[in-house]
Amino acid sequence: MILLRLYLEFAKVGLFAVGGGLATIPFLQDMGARTGWFTNTDLTTMIAVSESTPGPMGVNMATYVGFEAAGPVGAALATLGLVTPSIIVILIVAGILQKFRQSKTVDAVFYGLRPASTALIAAAGLSVAASVFWGGRELLSLSGTRWPLLALSAAVFLCTQHKQLKKLHPIVFIAAAAVAGVVFQF
Amino acid sequence: MNIYFDLFLTFAKMGACTFGGGYAMLPILQREVVEKKGWATEEELTDYFAVGQCTPGIIAVNTATFIGCKYKGALGGILATLGVVFPSVVIITVIAACLSNFADIPVVKHALAGINAAVVALIASSVLKLGKSNLKDAVSVCIFLAAVVLAFFAGVSPVILIVCAGAAGYVARTLAGRKEGAQ
Repeated sequence: MILLRLYLEFAKVGLFAVGGGLATIPFLQDMGARTGWFTNTDLTTMIAVSESTPGPMGVNMATYVGFEAAGPVGAALATLGLVTPSIIVILIVAGILQKFRQSKTVDAVFYGLRPASTALIAAAGLSVAASVFWGGRELLSLSGTRWPLLALSAAVFLCTQHKQLKKLHPIVFIAAAAVAGVVFQF
Repeated sequence: MNIYFDLFLTFAKMGACTFGGGYAMLPILQREVVEKKGWATEEELTDYFAVGQCTPGIIAVNTATFIGCKYKGALGGILATLGVVFPSVVIITVIAACLSNFADIPVVKHALAGINAAVVALIASSVLKLGKSNLKDAVSVCIFLAAVVLAFFAGVSPVILIVCAGAAGYVARTLAGRKEGAQ
């Protein structure tokens, strides 16, 4: 019953991993060690592939592990397992939020939450920036800066602030940057 | 078009356009959900990210469920989530079945380096947009700065930050309310 087990294992990851897709990695390491479905080296490959393909990383990882363990059906079931707890919890939370939307207390709490939520996104952006431009935050240095990437990023940012260009869909910038990466051999 | 089908398709499109974690999905969510479809406002999107980071599950899925649920109830939440994971399931299955060294192919590596640089810029521009709608007074700017420093430099867990910021917001509003009452 590997299919049922896959579903349940990933439901567990979905229930206990809180945050971005990277939060699932410690759970996957543990899963690999317990089940023998994949090794730590396999996991490194899976992370690299999940990061370089479209789709949220956590979902890609679940699909990949599921496929390696039990083929296409395994891929679908692992992913369904990962999202099941999210769906249940969020449906409950959304119901509660809807009910208390008029409440002054909830409004005051969200007044504090919004800047913090924005800050967490900014901090995540800074981490991504550190790893893209310097190969990690511990490697920050002027001489180690990947200037071409920094320049490309600055150019994209300026485009997103430009009056006309900002109307373009974000995927246009992503596609253009991919082409630039291949042309200039980043 | 049937609204449920529209929900599924829109989120499938977003899943296919996201590279990286749930944060990388934000610029596309802003474009598709807030600006094009009007299924949620900029503030609501921030709320969903805040809650999505403290509840079980990965942020991209939690946010998708939230938006779908707000727009069309439980079925909407389920369809939005299935939509957002659909491209992943297809693409990864094909890659895992056909290529053993996808991430080591030079063209993929170069393209990805470029994509990552663009993702940084897109996240920055999303944060600016969110900042404009969420940082309107001194208290919110202070909470923002403190949270950036604590999250990035001190590595404080998002769950702790979100809980503390909620408490801070409540206290600030209560104090402000009292001052008004006294005058």
